[in-house]
Parts: sequence; structure tokens; C-alpha cells
Amino acid sequence: MTNSSQEHHYFLRRLTETLNFVSSRKQWIKIMFDGDLQTVKIIVCVKQALDVTQIKADPATRQLITVDAKRKISDFDKNAIEEALRIKEKQGAEVTALTVSAEDAKMILREALAMGADKAYMISDPAFEGSDTFVTSYILAGAVKKIGEFDLILCGEASVDSYSAQVGPRLAERLGISQITYARKLGIEGSTLTVERTLEDSIETIRAKTPALVTVTAEINTPRIPSLMAIMKASKKEIVTWTAQDIGISKETVGKTGSAIQVTEVLAPKVERKRILIKGETAAEIAEELAKALIKEGVVGR
Amino acid sequence: MRALSEQHKGVWVFSENKDLMLELLGKGKELAENLKTELAAILLGHNVKDKATELFGYGANKVYLIDNPLLEKPLAEPYVSALTNLANQYKPDILLVGSTRKGKELASRTATRLETGCVPDCTYLSIDANKRLLMGRVVYGGNAVATHFCRTKPQIATVPQRVFEKPLYKERKGEVVKFDVKLEEPKTEIVDVKKIEAAKVKIEEAKTVVAGGRGLDKKEDFAILDELAKILGGQVAYTRPLCEDRKWFTDWVGLSGHYIKPALYIGCGISGVIQHVAGIRDSQIIVAINKDPEAPIFEIADYKIVGDLYEIIPALAEALKRHLKK
Repeated sequence: MTNSSQEHHYFLRRLTETLNFVSSRKQWIKIMFDGDLQTVKIIVCVKQALDVTQIKADPATRQLITVDAKRKISDFDKNAIEEALRIKEKQGAEVTALTVSAEDAKMILREALAMGADKAYMISDPAFEGSDTFVTSYILAGAVKKIGEFDLILCGEASVDSYSAQVGPRLAERLGISQITYARKLGIEGSTLTVERTLEDSIETIRAKTPALVTVTAEINTPRIPSLMAIMKASKKEIVTWTAQDIGISKETVGKTGSAIQVTEVLAPKVERKRILIKGETAAEIAEELAKALIKEGVVGR
Repeated sequence: MRALSEQHKGVWVFSENKDLMLELLGKGKELAENLKTELAAILLGHNVKDKATELFGYGANKVYLIDNPLLEKPLAEPYVSALTNLANQYKPDILLVGSTRKGKELASRTATRLETGCVPDCTYLSIDANKRLLMGRVVYGGNAVATHFCRTKPQIATVPQRVFEKPLYKERKGEVVKFDVKLEEPKTEIVDVKKIEAAKVKIEEAKTVVAGGRGLDKKEDFAILDELAKILGGQVAYTRPLCEDRKWFTDWVGLSGHYIKPALYIGCGISGVIQHVAGIRDSQIIVAINKDPEAPIFEIADYKIVGDLYEIIPALAEALKRHLKK
């Protein structure tokens, strides 16, 4: 063989190898050049909730004192953010955090960004004050429609302060998409979702097509704690802020006027307990006292 | 949003959980009598006609029945369309839905489609002077009870299990109203159902509950609680951190878990965060055992023992065994 034909042969071999490589990595290369088509678009709804452990009540009037209570991301919403980030790390996703609030709620969106969310939207208007779940889901639906396309909406199973578990299903209904509540495990492949959900006496595996809304429980993951660096970076990211008007919602349809549910009173529960301290020199002595007391109460023995 | 209208009449109840359905009939009857209106049960499913008789026996004047193969499995879309079509046709004043996880999402979606309000997990229901339904529920992680009313109709409330009593059964007759309507096809599919190994007696039904919290060092240590529960003929329960943080168990007592009101509750090594307290507050007698004299659970206890549960519990088991002659 001549030198040039050797070169020719070498070139052909390299070419075949390259083509084989390309063909075996088609999916990968497609993602590189055509990222958008492969990316799952996830919107995570987060709520700025009251830290319920810091709420106090006036013992005389049973009125609640909430002014000093800290605001924070509702716990399960953090699980929702974490789940979105895990999908992003596994298969590529664009994660958008969205909140609706009467007061400023940038703090919780900063936290979502620090955890790794790509975008953040705050829909905030004083007119939202006193909105029930009927209205909150209406505002969220308006915001989602303006944000545009999505494959998946993630929410926490409920908020830690009001614990109604209604906003997720109500939002799904308003958007006309399917919902899967109380997810403990979530998988997404193409346009198919496979979700394990925890019910009272069973674990159900559900299959659904995107777009869909999933609410997650704390079982699903352990939310990451962002690094200091990530927190600093997040403080520079943009938070898109819209008012009711920006998303085409009139003020009469939101807040107390737009709400179906009206609150008449909120009071700390009555506590009427005996609070008897049982003392004794030994465990046996204490146990004896307690056993006698319980028998007297008529709550033991049949 | 829809305005209040005089057209809406009657109290309706629905739950896919039979026990809960009967409890709703009990409370529903009281509300209906107060409003001088009728009580109706909603029966959804496939080949379920025979179940109507029992619902009459527990107090329903009427049963609205939709019998459709699409209702064989409890999936959101067909159930939501069944309920909304029924409500649009017959316009109930009040709709009570059982607060199971499925019931809650069904109520939320149905309320949205009917453009009305829904108050979830009500533990208090009554009729006010304006003939409105007053709905009370625990909010702020157990720190408060909020009372609501609904400006739109139907007024929808969901009700957890064991909050209201099941009424007495009596042979009674009633009217079955069959309703045929085209139902929405489900958008989701149930691929698999795994039963969770449930305790022999549901924790809600136990007369005595011995609950353990973070004061227990190891899962195995629950043996001493089991022993005490056995002597008392009761059940052992857990707090949320033991399930979620330590992953020892799967379901807990508290605001986000089971709501219980046994005759006797004994909390062992439980600090008594408000979320747990919200799930046990209505127990008849509360005993708290904790090393920390400042533990908040002592605030809501009838009998307080400041001490080591590892010493107190076995001693208590011994003492009770002696007294109960076992």
C-alpha cells in the first residue's frame, strides 16, 4: 500500500468512528444543540407562610398575636422546589418559582433561587389581602397563563399555616389539567408522569400525561440547604414582579370582596385541663399514684 | 362568582369512605332539621344501587344515584363531573364531603367548577341566625380555631373521620333519584395499588392511645410502649418526627396525620409541638410523661409526670397489671 492510500484508509476509519460516536450519542448531541425541546418546564408554586411555631395567643381574649411571627417558605413547598431541582439535575429542566402574596414576598423567592431555581415571579398586590383559596388559585392561574408554556406544576401538599390543601387541585381545575396529590415519588419520561402517592391505607401508582399538576409530601425528598455562595448569587438575580393589573385581573375579583369564604373569627382554642403534677420518690411510687388516678377517672379497665 | 340564591335547598353528603359517609349523615340530619329541609346522600359508583337502603336507614331522605362504569375507580375527572352535574341540576344548599385525601381533592375541584367556597377539615358545623352554615376548623398549625361562612352556594365543607358520631340505624324508606349524565373520561390512570399494612384497629377507633415521641432513643424501645398499650387494650401511636425524620414508622398523630380523641391518651417523650397537640386535644384524659418540666405538652395535660419514660412506663405497666389483675 502506498503512503497516500494508507492515509486515505486512516481517514475513512476515523470518519466511521466519528459517525458511530455521533449516532450512539444522538440524544446527547440533540440536547446540546436543541436544548429547548428536551427541557422540562416546571413551575413551582410557593407560599410565604407564617411560622406557626412563633404564633402566640392572649390567654385572656384568646386573640392571636401574629405580628412578631416570622414569615418563611411553607415547608412542603421546599420539597416541591427540591423535586423540581432533582428533575433538572437528572434530565434538564427550567425551574420557575412563583408566588402570590398581598405583602412583599421576595425573601422566599430569593431562597428558591438560592436553592437553584432559574426564574422567579412575584405576583403581589395589596388588593390580594384576605383572598381565600378560590381567589388565590384564580390569581395563580392568571400568572401561569402569562408565564406561558409549562409541562409540570409542583406544589406542596398544603401550606403550614392554613393547611387547606385546596390551592393545588383548584389551580389544576382552573387550568383544565390533571392533578396528582400527595406524591411521595415522581418520575417523568417524555410526556409521561409516573407518581406514587400516599393515601390513608394504600400507596397508589398513577400515570398521567403532561401538562399536569403534582402536590408533594415531605416524604418525597430532603430539601437542600443553599451554600453562602449560592445565596449571594441569588441576591443578584432578577425577580419579575407583577400586580393584579399586570396579569389582567380586576381588583374586585380578588381579596375579601372576591372571596367565597368569609372568616368570622379566629380564636385560640380553649384549654380546660386538670394539670395535676404527680410526684413521688421512685418511679414505682409515681406509677402507683397515676394508676390509681386513671382507674378513678374510669378510663382504664373494662 | 355566583350570588346567594333562595333556590338552593337541601343538605347533601358524600364520601367514598363508608364509615365517614354514615357519620356525615348523622351531622347532616341535624343541619337539615335545623333548616327544615331534606337530607340527601350522593351515591356514585357502578352497580351500587343496593347500597341506597342502608343510607336511608342512617337518615337520608333521598339518594341521588349515578351508576356508571367510569365511577368504578375513584378518579378525579369522572367524580368531579358527576358531582358538579348533580349540583347544577338539583342545587343543594349545603354539601358535606368526607375529608379523606381523595375527598379533599374532589371537594376542591368541585367547588372550583361550581364557583363556590369550600372549608376543609371542619370540626364544627352549625346553622346561624341567617340560616348560613358556620364552619369551624383548626388553623395556624393548631394555634387557633377559625370560623367561616360561605357567601356562595352550595356551601361546601369537608369533614374528617370520627369528628361526628355515626347515627343509629333504623329501617326507613326513601326516594332514589337516578341521574344519567355523560361523565368526563379520567385523565389519569391507576397503575398499581399497594395496601399499607394497617394496624388491626384503626388508631382513630382506639379507646386508649400510648404515643411515643423523640424521647425514645431507638425504634426497638417501643416495646415498652407496646407492653403498656397491651395491658390497657390500646394502640401505640407516633409523632411526625419519628416518621419523617427518623423514618421509623409511616403514619403519625397530629394536624397533618391522624386526628384522635381516645378516652385516655398517654404521651411519652413527646414535647407537644402545637401540630401534634392539634391531633390529640380532644382526648378525654391526657397524661404526659417528659423529662423536661418546661415541655409544652404539660400545658394541655390532666396528669403530668416529670421523669424518665424508661423508668416510669415499665413501672406504670406493672402497677396497672396489678390493679387490673392481669
